[in-house]
Amino acid sequence: MSAVQELFRRDRVFDFMVPKVVDGLDLSHGTVLYMEDVSVAFDGFKAINNLNFYVNAGELRCLIGPNGAGKTTMMDIITGKTRPDTGTCWFGSRMNLLQMSEPEIARAGIGRKFQKPTVFEFHNVFENLELSMAGPKGVWRTLRARLTPAERDRIEEVLELIGLADAGQRLAGALSHGQKQWLEIGMLLMQNPMLLLVDEPAAGMTHQEMDRTVELLTSLAGEHSVVVVEHDMDFVRALNSRVTVLHQGSVLAEGNMEQVQRDPKVMEVYLGE
Amino acid sequence: MLLARILKGDRGGQVFLLVLLATLIAVPLLNALPAEHPLYLSTYTVTLLGKYLTYALLAVAVDLVWGYLGILTLGHAAFFAIGGYAMGMYLMRQIGERGVYGNAELPDFMVFLNWQELPWFWHGFDQFWFAALMVIVAPGLLAFVFGWLAFRSRVTGCISIITQALTYALMLAFFRNEMGFGGNNGLTDFKDILGFSLQADSTRIGLFIASGVALGLGYLACRALVRSRLGRVAVAIRDTEDRARFIGYKVEHVKLAIFAFSAMLAGIAGALYVPQVGIINPGEFAPLNSIEVVIWVAMGGRATLYGAVLGALGVNYAKTWFTGAFPEVWLFALGGLFVLVTLLLPRGIVGLWRRREAAS
Repeated sequence: MSAVQELFRRDRVFDFMVPKVVDGLDLSHGTVLYMEDVSVAFDGFKAINNLNFYVNAGELRCLIGPNGAGKTTMMDIITGKTRPDTGTCWFGSRMNLLQMSEPEIARAGIGRKFQKPTVFEFHNVFENLELSMAGPKGVWRTLRARLTPAERDRIEEVLELIGLADAGQRLAGALSHGQKQWLEIGMLLMQNPMLLLVDEPAAGMTHQEMDRTVELLTSLAGEHSVVVVEHDMDFVRALNSRVTVLHQGSVLAEGNMEQVQRDPKVMEVYLGE
Repeated sequence: MLLARILKGDRGGQVFLLVLLATLIAVPLLNALPAEHPLYLSTYTVTLLGKYLTYALLAVAVDLVWGYLGILTLGHAAFFAIGGYAMGMYLMRQIGERGVYGNAELPDFMVFLNWQELPWFWHGFDQFWFAALMVIVAPGLLAFVFGWLAFRSRVTGCISIITQALTYALMLAFFRNEMGFGGNNGLTDFKDILGFSLQADSTRIGLFIASGVALGLGYLACRALVRSRLGRVAVAIRDTEDRARFIGYKVEHVKLAIFAFSAMLAGIAGALYVPQVGIINPGEFAPLNSIEVVIWVAMGGRATLYGAVLGALGVNYAKTWFTGAFPEVWLFALGGLFVLVTLLLPRGIVGLWRRREAAS
């Protein structure tokens, strides 16, 4: 009986009537990502446990935590690779990420850099960027696509930005580890995302390369929101941003680097005391 | 202009198309020579060459999905056979009253099975345009439905096994008389195509040229696809599927479109094959046939398209020669060649030439 009443409630809109992908990101509340009460378990192991996590528009945020704290799983949830058991996950105030597929999420404006640099090894650097470019990605449109001068300029610009201006024609597979990391960041930039998820960008980089990466990521914040997962504490310190500490699938502490470092709970987790 | 753009930078393709063109001109001329002339080419040989050309088109179709999309298909002979059956049905209907039973309404095997009327799916096949349409639509539709089910579930490891199962299941189905495709005898005793007798030398030359033209156009279509941004997305999916997905490409749609296109090419190849060999039966669905195509492509050189042509022609020439000279050795020779090529020339025969080019 109550189920029937539920059906006839006039203030309700059926789920299937609500458009899945809303055009345009709604940032009127200044928050680009809302994750609330998110939990996910793999074979009984709670990888994410009642996680609440918010990212402001234009913010640079670092995410740290010991191995197995759930950092990569969290990124999988945001990008649609893993579906949580409970909780909600919204991109801006209107896009429900839990109902979107990976390509839809990518097109809506969330870019992701993997932990291991993942580029198209058998394409040259220029082509890698070309394929990542924002724009129509349907089969037919892709078949007929021609590079416009404006698009070419944009690619050259990104090549310059990631320090690979001379390597445009080189095969991506022939790049050094650090260069691949940059190329992947460049591919993210080509997508023109509102939110960048960057998993361990400094891994395998020399100190000079790291400094340049810090510079690059800091310059991106403001226009884009950037979430950086990193183990290297020097790198995190250099980014000089708000830090979220993740532990056993939930947020342990949040604040700037100094506050977080003095937090007794964080010291306990990291120093094992 | 368009041709120049498609073939820009494709040295192998330019050479291949020139050789193909020369062959298409030379073969009919050599066939027209008097029989005692040393360069005379018998009509039997011309038909054999025509058959090889249809195999080459099938190999190009397989290279498109295996070489550029990374789907190791072990069932492409199924699409080839379905295209062949569509053509065979048209050829059966052209026999008319000239069959053994002289029944203008029903093909011989239906009379033999005591069927009273033509099954619904045979209607329309007395028209060439309808049969030609089915040659493309039937394999394309099957590939579309199959791919829609297979690619959506994101199985990558066992896709080869599923394609193999597909062709095997079709073989078993086509063996049954109730299917209405002639059971294990298949379709044969063809008389003419578009009013031209299939026994006539001129028709055989015509079919040979049609096969060559189909191969050339099929090659150009595949090359154009590979050169387009879609082709680069295909290679991106082959190498790093996740990255392509997180950039915003619907990987399943790309796979589906290219797989279905490739199946259509295979169907056209099958349709040209059947009038030249004069028979189509369920044996064409045999799983081994599909595997052999993959061997041609691997031997010629994967992801080059012209390598597939070279592999198909080379292996089939060797097969014809071996089965004539030492019939019992052929399978061992094929196996041995395959092992040698995989070990010594991982990029196939064209890899040799490309390496030399890269070195100089």
